[in-house]
Amino acid sequence: MTDSGMFGARGTGDTSGYSGLVRTPASTGSSERPYGSYFDQVADDLERAYPEFSQAIERIVVDCGELTLHVKREKLVAVALILRDSLKFEMCMGVNGVHYPDRTNREFSAVYPLLSLTHNRRVRLEVIVADADAHIPTLVEVWAGNNWHERETFDMFGIIFDGHPGLTRILMPDDWQGHPQRKDYALGGIAVEYKGATIPAPDERRSYK
Amino acid sequence: MTTFDPYAPSRDTTEGTVFSVTGGDWDSLIQEIGSTKEERVVVNMGPQHPSTHGVLRLVLELEGETVTEVRCGIGYLHTGIEKNMEFRNWTQGTTFVTRMDYLSPLFNETAYCLAVEKLLGITEDVPERASVIRVMMMELNRISSHMVALGTGALELGAITPMFFAFREREIVLDIFEMISGLRMNMAYIRPGGVQQDLPEGVIPKIRDAVKTMRKNFKDNTTLLVGNSIWLKRTQGIGYLDLAGATTLGITGPVLRSTGLPWDLRKVQPYCGYENYNFDVITADTCDVYGRFLIRMNELEQSLRIIEQALDKLEKLEGAPVMVADKKIAWPAQLALGSDGLGNSLNHIREIMGTSMESLIHHFKLVTEGFQVPAGQAYVAIESPRGELGASVVSDGGTRPYRVHFREPSFNNLQATSAMSEGGMIADIIGAVASIDPVMGGVDR
Repeated sequence: MTDSGMFGARGTGDTSGYSGLVRTPASTGSSERPYGSYFDQVADDLERAYPEFSQAIERIVVDCGELTLHVKREKLVAVALILRDSLKFEMCMGVNGVHYPDRTNREFSAVYPLLSLTHNRRVRLEVIVADADAHIPTLVEVWAGNNWHERETFDMFGIIFDGHPGLTRILMPDDWQGHPQRKDYALGGIAVEYKGATIPAPDERRSYK
Repeated sequence: MTTFDPYAPSRDTTEGTVFSVTGGDWDSLIQEIGSTKEERVVVNMGPQHPSTHGVLRLVLELEGETVTEVRCGIGYLHTGIEKNMEFRNWTQGTTFVTRMDYLSPLFNETAYCLAVEKLLGITEDVPERASVIRVMMMELNRISSHMVALGTGALELGAITPMFFAFREREIVLDIFEMISGLRMNMAYIRPGGVQQDLPEGVIPKIRDAVKTMRKNFKDNTTLLVGNSIWLKRTQGIGYLDLAGATTLGITGPVLRSTGLPWDLRKVQPYCGYENYNFDVITADTCDVYGRFLIRMNELEQSLRIIEQALDKLEKLEGAPVMVADKKIAWPAQLALGSDGLGNSLNHIREIMGTSMESLIHHFKLVTEGFQVPAGQAYVAIESPRGELGASVVSDGGTRPYRVHFREPSFNNLQATSAMSEGGMIADIIGAVASIDPVMGGVDR
């Protein structure tokens, strides 16, 4: 099937659009050299500085003018240390998760945007883990500022960062059930109690899903 | 417990005696605490303390007046904006992101829109006039945001007058926002592809006047605070964080520049055409609260310079489009700003309701369903008043975002509270937190 136009929403309850369009999933392939810009330089430097490059880096994707290195989680800390110390990516801008429930055994992506102050460059690390085994080694030892970001990603997705000094919820209350940013977590699923008024259960309200 | 104090009832727990202080008579509380043998006191500051910038909770461990440990409790303002955006179309997203960091709404909108434009591949197609308007609006916003930081920061350290001066200037900026977008805050003015609508008649002379007024008015706060010996004693050498600490904690913005590193994304990784403006990156090398205060003070003048250059450009670009030409992306709902505020453009209503069925269909489809964004992920970072504001946007090719995550500088920089405050005096926590300038709406999202 092909795209049949610019328009098309899928599964919405509140629009009456054409809805006949099939969305194309993102490519799963690797980009080919030359990557352009400073990306070849970064890949070469990392390959030189890190002997296990070919085992650790699953694929390299260049899209939208950004370089993404897909790293095996076992090698994440080693790659991060090389990137920080040899390639001068002094800063990690945190981590954020993405949940893809349709990707069997590869449900979660954890994405780390890195910044090099020395070379004025950016690169993105991506680690993919399964929902059943959502463990990623922590990078707090490498970049201390990742502490809260990892707590937030744990809070929102339930990804466990092994070795984190205090992996507790940060935005949601401590006794909260579930992880709100997962795709199977409904929007507005919590009944709110007001004095003397009742709120219909989520499944009886107007649907957004 | 000797006597019952209605303002500070106490109860014994396994961890020691717990006092619940609700204000009022502190003498009896101090007496009671003094009568215990405990050296270490744990104080729960907030979540509603007046000087904790919104709803921030600090758990302090004290020995006497010395702080031995600080922990932050956040999340009180969490609204699930990122989750909500997954259920609305791409254009509606601006209405959500503008409410994250409510003191810099235009920065949130710009970061988000730049990321969406990157995914759409239309970064180059955004009209120049739209980019210049974005820059001008952002710099005005930087002034209003820095004014809150300076005013409340001074107020928290006991100086009341700077607050009045700061809010006077902020009011000038908010009036301009109201004239342009119809709203003082949370405008959703910057949209994917450009801006919501062109500048109204007579706004450029008004901004020129405002720039003149503000340049004169800024001196009021400068003379009050710069070199003031009380202010120096409360800020110099306080909240120390050096470059190594800042990089490992991912700190950006004025806090990073107070370590002497001239890192400003407007200069090093320009966006929206910032490379075409003349301005200086302000730094300090004191690594303390005073340095950060001076940086914010001096950045005001740089923002005024950029605004003046933007106004010159706008005069040359009179009548140029402010939205991408692609009608499949540009919002068709033309709005008009009347004397009674922002509303539907009568000409547009006439066209879709009276003359063209195709226009009506197009309007309906684009407004209800929205446009599609090619699958992929983009990260765009801009220099907000608080540092690197990064928008991570993921699309699956649909009409709604698959995932939006904001790398909020307030959220990240608040982590430095412990590093800045531990080992110092309890009173200096206030100055240190104020110098980070955290906005809890951005921290909690």
